[in-house]
Amino acid sequence: MTSPLHQKIKVTGPVVVTANRLTDGAVIYRTASGQWTTELPGAAVVTTSDAAMALLTAARAEGVRVVDAYVAPVDLSHGKPRPGNLRERIRAAGPTIRLPAPEAANVHVCA
Amino acid sequence: MYVHDAFDRRLIAERVEEFRDQVRRRLSGELNEDEFKLLRLLNGVYLQLHAYMLRIGIPYGTLSSAQLRMLAHVARRYDRGYGHFTTRQNIQFHWIKLEDLPDAMADLARVGLHGIQTSGNSVRNVTTDQWAGVAPDEIEDPRVWAEVVRQHVTLHPEFTFMPRKFKIAVGTAAHDRAALRIHDLALRLHRNEAGEAGFEVMVGGGLGRTPFLAKTIKQFLPKHDVLSYVEAVLRTYNQFGRRDNAWKARIKILVHDLGAEAFGREVEQEWQSIKDGALALDDAAVAEIAARFRYPDYERLADDPVELKEARAGDRRFETWHRSAVARHRLPGYAIVTLSLKAEGETPGDATAAQMDAIADLADRYSSGEIRVGHEQNLALPHVRQQDLYPLWRALDAIGVATPNVGLVSDIIACPGLDYCSLANARSIPIAQDLSRRFRDGDLARDLGRLHINISGCINACGHHHVGHIGILGVEKNGEEYYQVTIGGRADEEAELGQLIGPAVPYGEVANVVEDIVAAYVELRERPGEIFIDTVKRIGIEPFKERVHATH
Amino acid sequence: MQLIKGGRIVEDGFARVADDAPVPDRLPVIVPAARFLAEADAFAAREAPTGVVWPNDRRVAELAPYLDRLALVGLVFPVFRDGRAFSQARLLRERHGFRGELRATGQVLRDQFLFMLRAGFDAFEVTKDADAAAFAQAARRYSVFYQPTGDGRVTARASRVGRPARDSLERDSLL
Repeated sequence: MTSPLHQKIKVTGPVVVTANRLTDGAVIYRTASGQWTTELPGAAVVTTSDAAMALLTAARAEGVRVVDAYVAPVDLSHGKPRPGNLRERIRAAGPTIRLPAPEAANVHVCA
Repeated sequence: MYVHDAFDRRLIAERVEEFRDQVRRRLSGELNEDEFKLLRLLNGVYLQLHAYMLRIGIPYGTLSSAQLRMLAHVARRYDRGYGHFTTRQNIQFHWIKLEDLPDAMADLARVGLHGIQTSGNSVRNVTTDQWAGVAPDEIEDPRVWAEVVRQHVTLHPEFTFMPRKFKIAVGTAAHDRAALRIHDLALRLHRNEAGEAGFEVMVGGGLGRTPFLAKTIKQFLPKHDVLSYVEAVLRTYNQFGRRDNAWKARIKILVHDLGAEAFGREVEQEWQSIKDGALALDDAAVAEIAARFRYPDYERLADDPVELKEARAGDRRFETWHRSAVARHRLPGYAIVTLSLKAEGETPGDATAAQMDAIADLADRYSSGEIRVGHEQNLALPHVRQQDLYPLWRALDAIGVATPNVGLVSDIIACPGLDYCSLANARSIPIAQDLSRRFRDGDLARDLGRLHINISGCINACGHHHVGHIGILGVEKNGEEYYQVTIGGRADEEAELGQLIGPAVPYGEVANVVEDIVAAYVELRERPGEIFIDTVKRIGIEPFKERVHATH
Repeated sequence: MQLIKGGRIVEDGFARVADDAPVPDRLPVIVPAARFLAEADAFAAREAPTGVVWPNDRRVAELAPYLDRLALVGLVFPVFRDGRAFSQARLLRERHGFRGELRATGQVLRDQFLFMLRAGFDAFEVTKDADAAAFAQAARRYSVFYQPTGDGRVTARASRVGRPARDSLERDSLL
């Protein structure tokens, strides 16, 4: 849960590169083909510092589409990658609390 | 209520167009993120864990029903149907898209709302007592002075790129409901021996990693010198505040390093050079601002009308709520009603669009169209006729904002924490929700009496944990959420910082520790009616430490 | 980099001279603060204009005795979020009465031009060409100003006080 700004690239297990999408802030992950996906299972998983650095450098070169790319741990013990810590779990799955249900009628009240 | 004129509206409209252009330049790549971040923060736009967040200032906590309806509209149209009222008289939307922000801001501008300087290293929303203008114990309406200061610091060309953020609060009442001493600069109106009103000026308060209570640098500042003095403080800070380390950049560090006296001398010297210049206020200037605050056409009424007496006698639930939520108004026959945004198991400070719309309607019907927002993350209706309290309560109860827990243990103040915030180390909201369930028993809560629990998800202290009677701070230990617990803090006129009662405890233990503290208090209080904070003050924290250590 | 002066992109007539470089006799020059203070008399005796770049962590009051001999003061924005030079600019103009060129140097963003104009700057070293081209537009971004500075723009108070509050309230929307 260290802030990504203070993160050093010290890789001790499987990691992905993640960021927020510029236009809407959505959580995105870097894929092996140099694209971005909102689905963690589609992310490129690497296990060495050099590979993580390469992935991150390429991601950061795209300053117009993405914001604050950084390296985040993942857990591979269930096969597909899952978020490696609580912060990443919340980023992937949303707040851990119940959110207000969307209103039934899709009415936009324009004042 | 403040009446905006063409001047105010034009400035906000020009700001929206400027931001629209900045978003366009960011999306086209003309601005990089580093540059854009500086600009978006000055409009209250953060990037959080899942989305952008827009923070909108509610100056001095006063909202009109039209403004509240517009907030509901923004929640529905651009967000996920709800908003979060913060500890600084702001509201935040947590799911907004960058592409939509200019349009959302244009909608808000139509009712005079905006996010200008709700973030960034600028002068933030000027806050005050949420009961301003209706509290029986105030010398005069603090909003006039808050507005005088707000206008002066809005888009101030000299003070928009300071070392760090700068929070100003104004108070004019005997009882401090604005948490003055935790502000970078606090102005407290009081009377001198000659009976004249002037400001006590306090500087260098703030929470965060290095908490300090503000220190007085001027005991009595004539009211008409307030702008030149604020300018002198800001100019001193802008030039000499540290910029090498963000953690040491707040004015509190400068005041601490120089000493309050030396800092005060710097300010005094600067002030002497400018006090008789363009910033000196005259009566006409103050009157012009004061004339923009509208009050209802109050009726001549008597206290305790028969409708109220009958309802209190006849409906126990109403009576319980009345004791919790209704406060004395400066005029007979009227009341100030607090709306609890702390329902059991809910997120402190959150309101849905439907609730906002309903509250706006009730404000129109029962409170001259006016709503207040307080730093405790509750709302208030400031102009309610006592004879209307019963029907009002039924309506508030129906929309879930009549939990009779105002000021009690389950009226918890909490920041958004790790569920939303990219700065957080740990979650705040689920801790608050868990505690609100533990203390769901209203009779127990009322027996405990006034007890403020404040929760922050990181050391930045948006939940004001240092000044909670019980303060809870989320930290991270080896990837797990831990929480430090303090007791003895308070934010009012007897402000104190809380003290740690032991090592941090894991997530699952927090509610147990709080229960132990509360149980210890019940045992240690001198008599029922001695409130928690007074017991801590009388006996210190050691007896509490022992009790909590014995069980954890 | 482009220099903006008088609202337009212009050629820079001043040459920057480093600490140990010789000072050309007949050319306008800008020198670092330390050198200027060390050789103030020599600079005063020059026929050509002299300018100084003043660091943002030094009180401008130190410069006051020399201002009448200075054609230009350059103030520094090491990064665009470091706003100390805004205070220095106002002090130079409004307290010390400096009438020469007040130049913003370092990292200067288009979005700060108007603030800089209001603080008393009248020349800008702009790193992005697009920002320089947009100067006129950026300088007109706002037409209303709440607080007075030394720039003479009409402020809210000046425009409001004097007109009857009652009248204005009737025209204004009640929010």
